[in-house]
Amino acid sequence: MRIVDRIRRWLSESPDLLEDAGGIGETRDLPREVMRREQHEADRFLSEGAKSFDRKKFRTVYGILAAASAAILIGVLLTAVAALPRYGVENERMDEVADYYIDHALEDTGAVNIVSGMILDYRAFDTLGESFVLFTALNCVLILLRRDEPGEEGEDDYYDLTHDNILRKAGLVMVPSVILFGFYVMLNGHLSPGGGFSGGAVVGAGLILTAAAFGNAVSARIVTEKTFRILSGTALGFYCLAKSYSFYTGANGIESVVPLGTPGSIFSAGLILPLDIAVGIVVSLTMYGIYRMFRKGSLT
Amino acid sequence: MDFFRNFPFISIVFSLFSAVVCSLLPGKAARIWTIAAEAILALLSAGTLLYTVILGESVTYRMGHFGAPWGNEIRFGMLEALTALVFALVLLLSVTGGARYVIRDVPPKKINLYYLLINLLGAALLALVYTNDIFTGYVFLEILTLTSGGILMIREIGRTTLAATRYMILNLLGSGLFLLGIILFYDVTGHLLMPDMHEALLELGKSGEYALPLSVTTGLVCGGLAIKSGLFPFHTWMPDTYGFATPTSSAILSGLVSKGYIFLLIKIMTRVIGLDNPILTVARNILFLFGLLGIVAGSVLAIRQNSVMRMISYSSAAQIGYIYMGIGLGGTAGFAAAIFHLLTHAVTKPLLFLSAASLMEVSGDSPVFHDLQGAAHRNRGAGFLFTVGAMSMIGIPIFAGFTSKLLFSLAAIGHLPFKTFSVLVILAVSTILNTLYFIRTMIRIYTSPEGKKEDRTPFGPQLSCVLSGSVMAAMNVILGLQSQPVLALIERGLALFS
Repeated sequence: MRIVDRIRRWLSESPDLLEDAGGIGETRDLPREVMRREQHEADRFLSEGAKSFDRKKFRTVYGILAAASAAILIGVLLTAVAALPRYGVENERMDEVADYYIDHALEDTGAVNIVSGMILDYRAFDTLGESFVLFTALNCVLILLRRDEPGEEGEDDYYDLTHDNILRKAGLVMVPSVILFGFYVMLNGHLSPGGGFSGGAVVGAGLILTAAAFGNAVSARIVTEKTFRILSGTALGFYCLAKSYSFYTGANGIESVVPLGTPGSIFSAGLILPLDIAVGIVVSLTMYGIYRMFRKGSLT
Repeated sequence: MDFFRNFPFISIVFSLFSAVVCSLLPGKAARIWTIAAEAILALLSAGTLLYTVILGESVTYRMGHFGAPWGNEIRFGMLEALTALVFALVLLLSVTGGARYVIRDVPPKKINLYYLLINLLGAALLALVYTNDIFTGYVFLEILTLTSGGILMIREIGRTTLAATRYMILNLLGSGLFLLGIILFYDVTGHLLMPDMHEALLELGKSGEYALPLSVTTGLVCGGLAIKSGLFPFHTWMPDTYGFATPTSSAILSGLVSKGYIFLLIKIMTRVIGLDNPILTVARNILFLFGLLGIVAGSVLAIRQNSVMRMISYSSAAQIGYIYMGIGLGGTAGFAAAIFHLLTHAVTKPLLFLSAASLMEVSGDSPVFHDLQGAAHRNRGAGFLFTVGAMSMIGIPIFAGFTSKLLFSLAAIGHLPFKTFSVLVILAVSTILNTLYFIRTMIRIYTSPEGKKEDRTPFGPQLSCVLSGSVMAAMNVILGLQSQPVLALIERGLALFS
């Protein structure tokens, strides 16, 4: 029996019961040429194996199984959704929270836009987390795509549109209005539909349009690497500190010194306006940064 | 003393703030800041633990000016504080012990980004532990997913990119299912805070309404989190992920990240759905079954490996199986055993990864067993620490692994005969399998090839790795020898959950 042999050998001399089990045993002691030749053989075998491997059959079986499991999941979810409470029908338990927001948001948070009051005051901790999700995503893209070694940078000029006259002329008109509109949405978040996330997305689109129409060099002058880091760092740092103050005072029953102001005026709703600006900065810079990483791999 | 109740909130926000600071610092300063920040987190968590033990009850902490059910809340009792303390300590020790490998594996200009992600990861873990709001749980689970992918792929070799892709695909599938589950829960209960959801579910349970969506959503939440934590058969991302990441990342990914998801699952099971809720029974039995399968499959696959890193990774898959077995057993005893094993594994696996990395370093950076022969002589400290970790994994008395196996078998008694029997048999079989692959490695690293003169060193090229490892080994022994007080804390904390 092999196993008995193996155990006997293990007890007497070999340090490892499973030494030759994986087939690597002594290869390390072979001369280099032999190893290389064997490696080559193995590679050839693998690539030929991949060729002879019945891809068509595998794909058929895989396709059928995938479709079947997706169909089952779709069926289960649709049945579950069909059994959910009907949309628009009054239901005391389920509408409790929503009704409270509608009735009290103006008085509690000072924001005319209830959504802003919800995301930046009632449920501000979630939104703090969401901004950091963006920050995390941006940094993961930086890790993947940022080129740090000199000479590594290469411009992706296949889609270079800076010579496109239509885009350039349209950009001249659109860029200022898009960015201006973005700031309007950002600053009016507590008064009208909008806020930091949507306004920031519009500003970010404006910055991307600048880079696409006038070239990276132009947009890099508007948002330099240093500005980028300092702005995003300051915005997130301010967000942390401002919200810490409001969490701390709220949890310990201390009256917050931030005034709610007159609802409807631009300086109202307490911390919501500055937080909207901070979120807007983070969102726009994240969008722009990710675009630049995909285009060039650097912000310069 | 009353000020201590602010500590959990401070630790989460401080950790987020540290991430912002790290984005502005150069690499070395970012490392020092991060180590200091993790040490502060550990102190704050210890303070929270002290506070909750003295107080004897759990604290609900309002995040802002609006209480339940309108605003966000965090909540902490002994169990949350204990878990946070262990997580923060392990994070600190992994970062200090693995700093050398970060310098080796991470491109120099991206080192500050690495530590930035570590800070975000710490914040996300603590938030998952403390949250009392299921959607806050989802937000920080997203951060945890992204950061864990980031610290994996930052080592720019092809295999890590491949591993990260696979890791992200399975993880995002899990996140998606979990999010669908939360949406259905919210649609039926109208709440996102755990206690309010629980009340609504109790009401619905009495009236029998919406039974179908509730079972589907339970399945989605349990399935999503099980996929994310790598329960068999969704463990396939583990070997590449843990095997090729920089050792610090492997330690954190295996020791902490998957535990964060499991802790959230335990919270949802106990605090939202309620342990005696009949809709949980099916889900628990399925998790139990896959836990058992995972234990055997993970151990068998671990035996077949030729690389020590991949072996430890497959062993992780088996350990996740143990935790789900405990969850599947249910009852206070089952959950206490699962949580005890969660803590045990969180202190043991990083120790194994870091000491194995040190052993590899003195063996020409090769993870293959053949090259590791005699490595424990070349780096005696790491060899000793690896042995400690391995013995704990096998379940030798005085180490924590023994206590958790004992707790599992005690928890199994009193269930249906089939369940009791299968747990005991699987525990016995897996102990033998564990012994087989860990003893094999220990013999390997302690026997030099014949006639070869090893140059013996006490702790290899770097002391910090062995020092951090020693602290983790000490934590392991403390968990093993002083299991009663720890278990009492866990049980008191669990009692406060429901």
